[in-house]
Amino acid sequence: MNQQGELIQVNSDQDVVRVRQLVRTVAVAVKLSLVDQTKLVTAASELARNTLVYGGGGTVEVTTVDNGRRPGIRIVFADQGPGIVDLDLAFTDGYTTGSGLGLGLSGARRLVDEFDIVTAPGAGTSITVTKWCR
Amino acid sequence: MERVPVLKIGDILLVSIQIDMEDQTALQLQEDLADRIVATGCHGVIIDISALDIVDSFVGRTLASIASISRVLDAETVVVGMRPAVAITLVELGLQLPGIRTALNVELGMDLLARERAADDWEFDEGDAEDESEPETPAAAAP
Ligand SMILES: Nc1ncnc2c1ncn2[C@@H]1O[C@H](COP(=O)(O)OP(=O)(O)OP(=O)(O)O)[C@@H](O)[C@H]1O
Ligand SMILES: [Mg+2]
Repeated sequence: MNQQGELIQVNSDQDVVRVRQLVRTVAVAVKLSLVDQTKLVTAASELARNTLVYGGGGTVEVTTVDNGRRPGIRIVFADQGPGIVDLDLAFTDGYTTGSGLGLGLSGARRLVDEFDIVTAPGAGTSITVTKWCR
Repeated sequence: MERVPVLKIGDILLVSIQIDMEDQTALQLQEDLADRIVATGCHGVIIDISALDIVDSFVGRTLASIASISRVLDAETVVVGMRPAVAITLVELGLQLPGIRTALNVELGMDLLARERAADDWEFDEGDAEDESEPETPAAAAP
């Protein structure tokens, strides 16, 4: 059973802060452990910044989910930007086309339980991550 | 945009980050600190992150640049108060913080800076302190 999600438009630095705060609030509400809250908020911060910087802005939707055994949080980061041409490369630790450390995508994937990405050149990027309560 | 205050306490600049910083705020802090180091001649910077519930790659990178910039300006930076959950997450994220000194709290950070400063002064007075225990060789005696 999935709840109605909360949507944030990401068009500025401040919106990235809003994403972190919303994810934190929901993570506390579904009772993720402190370490898991920290991991999820950190992953969300990385992915929301990518949506802003590389996707040219977009949306972040945070939803609580339940797989029948345990509750969790699902977050979708979507943009209509240039998409990612070489996914393998983008997931390589240290690869960046910007001025970052190239840790955002690969690091975020390590910090969550499920990570799905749909992207194509010119067709935007949509990343869905899920973290389950233990 | 909010701004993070920089306090001068004796020979040390103390920054206590109490807000969830926008990226722009972090960059402003980096600039403010460089200015204050030059203006005050302080040799130590302590950045207290005990109020931060996350450190992502952007904040991590900013802390590392602050440490590098300070060093060029003859000041040592110590990051103090990192929460355990933040440390665990940073390691899993893959973020290394090269050149960043850390201590558990402000007091221990101050001790660390004081010890370093004392060691530096001693080196300055007595020659190359680190090579003191080594046997005299032409290489060790080089300037
Ligand atoms: N939403 C996106 N749209 C288009 N390209 C993206 C998107 N997200 C990531 N990328 C591409 O993937 C690369 C790697 O992203 P990643 O987040 O791992 O590193 P970074 O953002 O460059 O640096 P860091 O996140 O460490 O500051 C980016 O440099 C960019 O080229
Ligand atoms: Mg990134």
